Amino acid sequence: MTEERDTDILIAEDQKPELNSDWSGGDRKPFRTSYGKLMMWYFLLSDAFTFAGFLISYGALRFSSASWPVPDKVFATVPFGINEMFPNGEAPLIFVTFMSFLLIVSSGTMVRAVQEGARENKRGVVFWMLLTVLGGLGFLGCQAWEWTNLIATENMTVTTNPFGTYVENGYYLDPETGEITDEEVVEGETYLLHLAGAAHGEEAGGEEHEGDEEHFAYATEPGDYPGYVVDGPRADGTGTADAKPFIHRKYVLADEEGNLLTDEAGNNIQLTQEFGPVAFGALFFGITGFHGFHVATGVIFLLIILINAGGGVYVARQNGYEMVEKIGLYWHFVDLVWVFVFLVFYLL
Amino acid sequence: MAQHLSYEDSVRGVWKGLGLLALVTLVEVGLSLLKAAEFAEDLRILIYVASLLIIGLSIYKAYFIIYEFMHMGYEVKGLAMSVLLPTLLLIWALIAFFNEGDAWRKSREKVIYKDQLQAPTGGEVGLIKRDDFLLELPA
Repeated sequence: MTEERDTDILIAEDQKPELNSDWSGGDRKPFRTSYGKLMMWYFLLSDAFTFAGFLISYGALRFSSASWPVPDKVFATVPFGINEMFPNGEAPLIFVTFMSFLLIVSSGTMVRAVQEGARENKRGVVFWMLLTVLGGLGFLGCQAWEWTNLIATENMTVTTNPFGTYVENGYYLDPETGEITDEEVVEGETYLLHLAGAAHGEEAGGEEHEGDEEHFAYATEPGDYPGYVVDGPRADGTGTADAKPFIHRKYVLADEEGNLLTDEAGNNIQLTQEFGPVAFGALFFGITGFHGFHVATGVIFLLIILINAGGGVYVARQNGYEMVEKIGLYWHFVDLVWVFVFLVFYLL
Repeated sequence: MAQHLSYEDSVRGVWKGLGLLALVTLVEVGLSLLKAAEFAEDLRILIYVASLLIIGLSIYKAYFIIYEFMHMGYEVKGLAMSVLLPTLLLIWALIAFFNEGDAWRKSREKVIYKDQLQAPTGGEVGLIKRDDFLLELPA
């Protein structure tokens, strides 16, 4: 249906150079494909190495940490309070699965746009590309909500990771009296540190806020209390000056059967909840941000090519809407990268 | 392009492919939730098997996107190989850097262990006593 061309740039007959000064080097194309498509493939290969570098550094840092936040616990919120309909108010991985579907479906609509392009069907190309753009924008919107929730509600930043994970078993101390309770600390379980005085954050913590302490209010002044510690500058001059007032609960160690462990002097071993590995926040915002940047760029280029296609630019080229095919390759690549981002951040 | 198929067949192929990818994603999420479930804590083998399955399914998804949606399966073999073979370099990067990360963890644990060791104190410590160092000033 299309005539054989070395490039998708149209040159008027009287403007064509006499000598073969383009760099096609002959009639046969390398790998029987156009220059543009081949170079898009090689660009994607180089981009794949960039992402692989990021994801492998994530793996190395995760392997180097004694504990790592459990994704089911970290990514358990859904907009409009939908997660409240689930047990404990946690909807593990539900929202991010929805985000994945958005990207997969937009990949499918992109294939349809390319197919319609091959048939030189302008209306079809515009329609399916429009749906693809909507999918991309929807994904970006979801990511914006996810980030806002993590930063504003759960206080995770590039340098602070309030999602810690226990590496030992034990029992919490009662926050008010400092006595040992029967509330269990379980190895491998992830907890979220809350800010003192953040009223709405208190309920969201799941296992930390059960039973009799519902009527107990944590102090907002930084200091060392019987059952917990509040970060920040203390009245006596100790403490970290610029720290936010995170609440760290205290607990005593026990073995797997639940018997309290003691040190050489016969005292219980008391520990305080710690922040999770700092690298988690930096890696999460860095890598999903870089992917989101790719999605945003993809949406912009999709729009440009959508407008061109609607304006009839590619009708004149008569090459089966090859430009749509090229942006299609890029868009599928964005979906492909998400497969691996989804794998390492959310599934494993 | 997929000129080997009729238009209707290739359209149907897209929706079938979408369904397949969605199904694989759902299975992955299910496996991920299964391995995080409470009863899985004592079954380390379940966690390993589920993780390996999830990784395998993700690689299958990547293969499907590249070969069907990006039409790599219909390009000439040289193109496919020139794009795909370089990614094999990443296998070594994976092995090397994951080992490296593991080594960082071990040395960090070692530092923590050494930090908590108590230095012996008291007059009995050391072969040379403090007085042996002191030179007497000439009168």
